[in-house]
Amino acid sequence: MKQSVVLMSEPDLRTVSTATNPDGDARPLTPASVTTSILIAAPSQPADKPEGFSVVGKALPKVDSFAKVTGQEKFADDIILPQMLYGKMLRSIYAHARLKRIDVSKALALPGVVAIATGADLPVRYGILPSSPDETVMAIDTVRYVGDPVACVVADDELTAEEALELIEVEYEPLPAIMSIDEALRTDLPQIHPNPRRTNNVHKEAHLEFGDVAAGFAQADQIFEDEFFFEGNTHAPIEQHSIVAQPTSDGKLTLWCSTQTPHYLHRIAAQVLQLPGSYVRVIAPPIGGGFGGKTEPFAHELAAGYLALRTGKPVKITLTRQEVFYAHRGRHPVRFKLKTGVRKDGSITAVHLQSWLDGGGYGSYGVATTYYTGALTTVTYKIPAYKFDGIRVFTNKPPCGPKRGHGTTQPRFALECQLDKIAAVLGLDAAEYRKRIAVDPNTTTVNGLRITSCGIRECIDAAATRTGYHEKKGKLRRGKGIGIAASSYLCGAGLPIYWNPMPQSGAIVKVDRGGGVTVFCGSSEAGQGSNHMLAAIVAETLGVDVMDVRVCSGDTDLTPVDLGSYSSRVTFMAGNAARFAAVKVRAQLLEAAAEKLNLQPSEVGLSARRAYELTNPKNAITFIDAAQAAEAKFGTVVGVGSYTPPKLAAGYKGSGVGPSPAYSYSAAVAEVDVDLETGVITVEKITLAHDVGRSINPDSVEGQIEGGVYMGLAEALFEEWPFRAGEHKIPNLLDYKMPTSLDTPPIESIIIETDDREGPFGAKEAGQGPLNPVIPAIANAVAEAINARIYSTPITAEKVLMAIDAQAGGGLRLRAVKTPKVPA
Amino acid sequence: MLRLPPFRYVAATSVSSAIEALVENADSMVVSGGTDLYANMKQRLFTPPLLIGLRSISELKSIAYNEVTGLTLGATTTLTEIAASDVVRRYYPALAEAALSISTPPLRNMGTIGGNICLDTRCNYYNQNLDWRKALNYCMKKDGDICRVAPSSKKCVAANSSDTAPVLQAFGARLLLVGPDGEREVAIADFYRNDGIFAWAKKRDEIVTGVLIPPPAADTRSAYRKLRLRNSFDFPIFGVAAVVARDRTGMCTSARIVINAVGSMPVEVTKAAEMLVGKKLSAEVLDAAAEAAFAAGKPLDNTSGSIPYRKRMARVFTRRALEACA
Amino acid sequence: MSVAPPKTLVCLNINGEDIECAFAPNKTLLEVLREDLALTGTKHGCEMGHCGACCVLVDDEPALSCLVLGLEAQGRRIRTVEGLAKNNQLHPVQQAFAECGAAQCGYCTPGFLMTAAALVEHDANLTSEKICDAISGNLCRCTGYTKIIEAIALASQRMRESEPREAKRGTDV
Repeated sequence: MKQSVVLMSEPDLRTVSTATNPDGDARPLTPASVTTSILIAAPSQPADKPEGFSVVGKALPKVDSFAKVTGQEKFADDIILPQMLYGKMLRSIYAHARLKRIDVSKALALPGVVAIATGADLPVRYGILPSSPDETVMAIDTVRYVGDPVACVVADDELTAEEALELIEVEYEPLPAIMSIDEALRTDLPQIHPNPRRTNNVHKEAHLEFGDVAAGFAQADQIFEDEFFFEGNTHAPIEQHSIVAQPTSDGKLTLWCSTQTPHYLHRIAAQVLQLPGSYVRVIAPPIGGGFGGKTEPFAHELAAGYLALRTGKPVKITLTRQEVFYAHRGRHPVRFKLKTGVRKDGSITAVHLQSWLDGGGYGSYGVATTYYTGALTTVTYKIPAYKFDGIRVFTNKPPCGPKRGHGTTQPRFALECQLDKIAAVLGLDAAEYRKRIAVDPNTTTVNGLRITSCGIRECIDAAATRTGYHEKKGKLRRGKGIGIAASSYLCGAGLPIYWNPMPQSGAIVKVDRGGGVTVFCGSSEAGQGSNHMLAAIVAETLGVDVMDVRVCSGDTDLTPVDLGSYSSRVTFMAGNAARFAAVKVRAQLLEAAAEKLNLQPSEVGLSARRAYELTNPKNAITFIDAAQAAEAKFGTVVGVGSYTPPKLAAGYKGSGVGPSPAYSYSAAVAEVDVDLETGVITVEKITLAHDVGRSINPDSVEGQIEGGVYMGLAEALFEEWPFRAGEHKIPNLLDYKMPTSLDTPPIESIIIETDDREGPFGAKEAGQGPLNPVIPAIANAVAEAINARIYSTPITAEKVLMAIDAQAGGGLRLRAVKTPKVPA
Repeated sequence: MLRLPPFRYVAATSVSSAIEALVENADSMVVSGGTDLYANMKQRLFTPPLLIGLRSISELKSIAYNEVTGLTLGATTTLTEIAASDVVRRYYPALAEAALSISTPPLRNMGTIGGNICLDTRCNYYNQNLDWRKALNYCMKKDGDICRVAPSSKKCVAANSSDTAPVLQAFGARLLLVGPDGEREVAIADFYRNDGIFAWAKKRDEIVTGVLIPPPAADTRSAYRKLRLRNSFDFPIFGVAAVVARDRTGMCTSARIVINAVGSMPVEVTKAAEMLVGKKLSAEVLDAAAEAAFAAGKPLDNTSGSIPYRKRMARVFTRRALEACA
Repeated sequence: MSVAPPKTLVCLNINGEDIECAFAPNKTLLEVLREDLALTGTKHGCEMGHCGACCVLVDDEPALSCLVLGLEAQGRRIRTVEGLAKNNQLHPVQQAFAECGAAQCGYCTPGFLMTAAALVEHDANLTSEKICDAISGNLCRCTGYTKIIEAIALASQRMRESEPREAKRGTDV
């Protein structure tokens, strides 16, 4: 069979026969793509068969694991440069105030203080989303939350800088603080961000409608209406944010920054510091956890850059843990009103979802978050008619932004809890019901989202079977419960943060005469294993050992742009880019090796550091010989690859949020034992099955599942975002409850592989998907255990007792979730 | 990084030299494990110009038991050592339980019994960084005038958050104090005061050097139960210690029940004890005692967890502690 | 600084080596290690004893270096992550962490490794429960502790069996 490969814009290592698949849906081709037919040698063990893989699919130690277990891995705060100064930020002590006057003269006079910057020094407005450029590096005339940066001091040492903060005189004129969604909707309170088009503190409204929703509800045999509240929480990575800014006398600036998005920092730093992009270099060292909390430029990063240039000395600023709570950009608290119409058999006729998001003091990614609370409702279950109304408000709290799951975690809680309720009322098995109404592979949702590979049924089956769900459900003693939930997540947003026609990810692969291979890619290693993923894909493609491959990532001088480690995009997009680059190198190596071996390129394979005759493997040359032959023949051996997601947005306003080249699927089963006297919930086990497409490294995928389960459990039971007297009440790791090893149950992960046709080697995401179903699975298990349902998170012991006490009512609303009127 | 303020440090080699240093240096403080004090100093709750380290004083580290005088603990004995001690586990199991429940394994390796007895009282509005407290305009306990938890209170209501204090009191422990005027003993029940700021009946230049616990009566059972949101790190948001002795027929001959984290000092629930003495420990009797503990505790909004929940748990946890002694 | 505290010349025993350094009394062992001795393997997540990232061994017992003064480390044996490997051979806990995927971002890893090293060196009969207890003072945000527990159990098993294992590296080629 002729091995012809036609893809969007790049060659594929596997065989794919046509541009339109037999199911008839047109696989979109990027407009300018050249339809290339490339004959690619099919190895005798086709690369698309698992038994043929040497690296992909193997649970190997990550290439950077040795650095991590020896303490040799250098994180940003580990960087010490000669003459380095230390910076501290002065922050607002008012939740809402006008900044009338700031006098730094006494602080400047303190011995050891070198320079101070205030808001006026950096007036350029910016924001991670071009649609909400509502931040300046430090406050100029208004402070909007306790913790809002107001000045930056750099000094010889950190204690001196801190002492200097006390000497800065600031005159504030306090304003009423808006501390809740209800207050934000009032029209008689000051606006946190002046907006002549509104009279309240609404930031963003989204209103979308697909299909005939009214008719859908009319057709329903039963309508369910429920209100939910999902509490805010934060990422709390163990590594605090940190930056070292190094100026050089040629006017250039290097920023070593603990960031997931070096490219976005690069753009905004150049813009705000008013330097040419060519004069700013951002290097993202491996970071100690991000989870979405390090995906936008922060005040201390830009201030450090500015003061480094001004003083001519390197400047380090590392946030204290309290400041990390203030930097925030965490999970929005969201109130929901969810109305679902179903037929007797449970099939959904219509859904109307309303969400109210508490956005904190600035926009951050909030516009996208608002859409995300509604966008992915339809990619899990068949919904023929769908209406979504989302509202985000400003409040005088640290700004909310993206946290693992980004806006889809909260509605998933609402959806999956209500589905369980529907199943119970209709007398349906909650697992079988979900399988029956789940979406099918290769379909499009009512809001125009293209689903390709979809393993949701396999996930539900696997989790249910492994846990004995059907044998246990309904048969456990009072106090014990088992709950199930399913979910879906995207593999990278189809659109970048700022609109542009360029690829989302690029990679360069270089081969050295000594047999070493280097892959350059702008992605950021956040602990998810992206560096290993790149090395594994390149090693597999070139037939070398994964330890032969060195990864150079996250350096805006050296690596091609990758938009960053957010939105679960890196394996899919950077992985594809790296694959495409490696395939080009592979072609050069095969051609040169074939010449040496007196064969056709199609007769040669690469494996085990050799180039060999496929039908006679003893006839071979070493990889090094092949590399040198290729360099002699072609010159320097390099391959460049880039990946652009197919254009999938359906064209309506807001359609940019939701589309993705693929969706992952997950199903979680939680088993709980509730102490009916104390309300304390012991989670005995969580089992999660995740459709990852294909594991590049099963240990990494399991690690993401386990970590996502842990984080979901923490949100379900422990984490809160409380305020009192305008301040974050618990900005420390003792009072903000992150589960310890004695609070975390055994976690079992099951990997499901549906081999996505567009993912690199079939891979999809695992970084965020597994978190979402855990929270409703726990909620559903607790509902069974206590025969009462709790409609808000976290599900605390106290709420359990209140629910048990109020059982007669058939459910307890713990907050008066009086859903506000949607302003006209 | 959060850093310590500047100070001088001297490692005392004897109790007398430690006291001398305390007397000669106003505002100096002693430190043993440092797990409470250093954290508080980083938050600028304390800024002593001189710290006097006690950990090099070898005679302060000891565990000794005999049937006549009971248990003697040196003040700088670590919590790990106490939890692992054979004699403690055998004769005063609630003390081992309490020690084992404190913070985390590394912190128990560092923390001492003296330090836990002299743990600074705690409150959500006090145990915060300097700039956080500044935004609140401080509080009565540190730099301010008003109690943020109980604004009309004339006293600070920060909570005693020690796990060993209620247990030691239930065992009838006495503390050894040494000062410039010599040594003295005080019942631990008389050592604590109902004041979040002046929480100890001791002078600034006195040092707690040891704990004496009388030998338990025959067939004494004891238990400590701690309410907290996580199973590690967390201070108690309610704690109950029960020490119950019975005769051969199973009748209770003596009982002491002490609850903590409900106020600035441990509260001995004598009413609960009265309900037990002279009776067999039936379910009804335990219920009644637990009810008395519920009534005795008046927690305030200065820790994790809500007041109604913590009060409700007083009943449940007291009952469970007593069941463990039954 | 307005009044810089005077530095004291101190001799510390770090990873078996006697090292002289000078620092002010208010420097914690964490700060001395990272800033005066350039041993940045020991990390920090809170500096208040709330996370365990800064865990080192003091006289073979886990202790949080953020709450130990540099001065208090005199006369005691301090071991950090940099001292676990000998002659470029990884300690069994390091080897096991690498093989089991127990280090995701790796930031909490040094603290866990020191806790684990002390545990496997002191107790040859580990259970999952004992491991969970021992690491209950170390927070991890990435792993859910699952592979950390596996790795410690594996290291302990190997030490019991005292069999040198081939490092699991690279491809199965």
